[in-house]
Amino acid sequence: MSTDLSKPDSRLLPGSAATPVGSVGAATRPAKISVRHLNFYYGKSQALFDISLDIPERMVTAFIGPSGCGKSTFLRTLNRMNDIIPGTRVEGDILIDNADIYASATDVVDLRLRVGMVFQKSNPFPKSIFDNVAYGLRINRMTSSKSDLKAHVEQALKDAAIWEEVKDRLNQSALGLSGGQQQRLCIARALAIRPSVILMDEPASALDPMATAKIEELIVELKKQYTIVIVTHNMQQAARVSDITAFYWLGKLIEVNPTDKMFTNPIEKLTEDYITGRFG
Amino acid sequence: MEEIPSLQHPVAAAADLAQHSPPAETPSARRRLSRLKERFIEALLFLAAFSSVAITLGIVGTLVYESSTFFAHVSIREFLTAPLWTPLFSPPRFGIMPLVMGTLVTTAVALAVALPIGTVVAIYLSEFAPVRVREVIKPALELLSAVPTVVYGYFALQFMSPLLQKVFPGLPTFNMLSAGVVMGIMIIPYVSSLSEDAMRAVPMSLREGAYAMGANRIITAIRVVYPAALSGIVASYILAISRAIGETMIVAIAAGMQPNLTLDPREPAATITAFIVQVSLGDLPHGSIGYQSIFAAGVTLFIMTLIFNILGYILRKRFREVY
Repeated sequence: MSTDLSKPDSRLLPGSAATPVGSVGAATRPAKISVRHLNFYYGKSQALFDISLDIPERMVTAFIGPSGCGKSTFLRTLNRMNDIIPGTRVEGDILIDNADIYASATDVVDLRLRVGMVFQKSNPFPKSIFDNVAYGLRINRMTSSKSDLKAHVEQALKDAAIWEEVKDRLNQSALGLSGGQQQRLCIARALAIRPSVILMDEPASALDPMATAKIEELIVELKKQYTIVIVTHNMQQAARVSDITAFYWLGKLIEVNPTDKMFTNPIEKLTEDYITGRFG
Repeated sequence: MEEIPSLQHPVAAAADLAQHSPPAETPSARRRLSRLKERFIEALLFLAAFSSVAITLGIVGTLVYESSTFFAHVSIREFLTAPLWTPLFSPPRFGIMPLVMGTLVTTAVALAVALPIGTVVAIYLSEFAPVRVREVIKPALELLSAVPTVVYGYFALQFMSPLLQKVFPGLPTFNMLSAGVVMGIMIIPYVSSLSEDAMRAVPMSLREGAYAMGANRIITAIRVVYPAALSGIVASYILAISRAIGETMIVAIAAGMQPNLTLDPREPAATITAFIVQVSLGDLPHGSIGYQSIFAAGVTLFIMTLIFNILGYILRKRFREVY
């Protein structure tokens, strides 16, 4: 990655995390997340190599790359989900709102309240629709009364564009919902605790085109309030929903650029080959 | 032996198949043969499964038949309400309640020990223990149920009773408390092992969902993993209850052999199983009323276990969270 610093896209990687990323395009906003020289290891095998990247706030940043390139692993370092896998190790810095999330003073629970996550396979708890959305609010004691809790749940379901479909069956099991509804419920669950960042790990890969379209509409809507990072295998999806696209290959960040530039005029040959389907 | 095997008897063809490679076979003969083999295997498997049903029916039949002569002498009303169980005295009294109480009290004490400890151990092993620790603790715990129950019986009598006597002065040497506590220790692995299996079978994705919303490990374990695994956990509780109700040696040795209508675990009392083992050791003439009382007690035991199994089934359906 150090060699990339001489390339044009290195303008996205300013030396100081506090420096706003302003030069890539008029639409780019200040960095919400700044990653510097990140290495990641599963036991002895290194999965991520010297990644440096700024993720602008209230925009959609897409991670693309072939399977096993480390994009999901990278995503999961951003809310320290990899901590639960024994034998993993992190080097380098990840700053969210200018605070190092791997610092010893960081409270992981607090971090995950600020950085929500939606998984590849929808994973609603085997509880009612209401209890699913209320879960995070309850365990973190974030509401003051029952009516307050109800209001928060309703708002989260509305924000996730699923309220109309479930408002009459809030006490029924979440597992009775369709795959697409379950995934939007999981998004509602993540939204309920009011994070500022939402990580999405291939949120639509198991859904049909109609359900996928709904999720994508939702993502575009959510970026008005949230910083969104999405891992996707679907190139068209990255092109449709994201503002910035980052391409990973074999654990390295190869190129990061505004999405329109990335898909029309990539700088790296490798990126072009991948996007045009010549490998991967 | 190079002629076309399809003309042969299937068994000969099978022998042929074993000697030669298949190309000489016609496909239809091969298919017919494999269909026959399939049907034979199916029949065998069915017989194996059916034998368990047949044996159960046989046992129930014997119990009902033998106890029917008992109930010809003793009314069900007397059996259920008389406060004394003295089948070998004169005049004999046949009230099962003292034995039922003894069984319920020792079982309750055992469960009060085994369910909480077993559940906590299961949560620790499944959600907290590093792999290495689990690999040591789990088999070590399972060894507990490999100890012969007669050893536990003397452990209760010689170790647990003196120990408890320091806590409860005046505790008799034979008492239901020490028998129950030791029985509880014995059934901990039934609870912990099966519960842990059930909790580990809960998909990782559910835990990740909980962690991602700021849950720590203990909240994830109690509010997500435990409810999701409840079906298997209740199954382990039911097994523990059945095991405690049916346990014989420990209570026969340590709880005393005197039928005693009481709910106080500090007193000595006989359980249904202890009575059966006591009477069947003696020289009761076959066919006497005393002999038949064994079967009446057996039926009672069977019905009690059955009730708990049905209860467990209902509980499981009611509280189950299918994932």
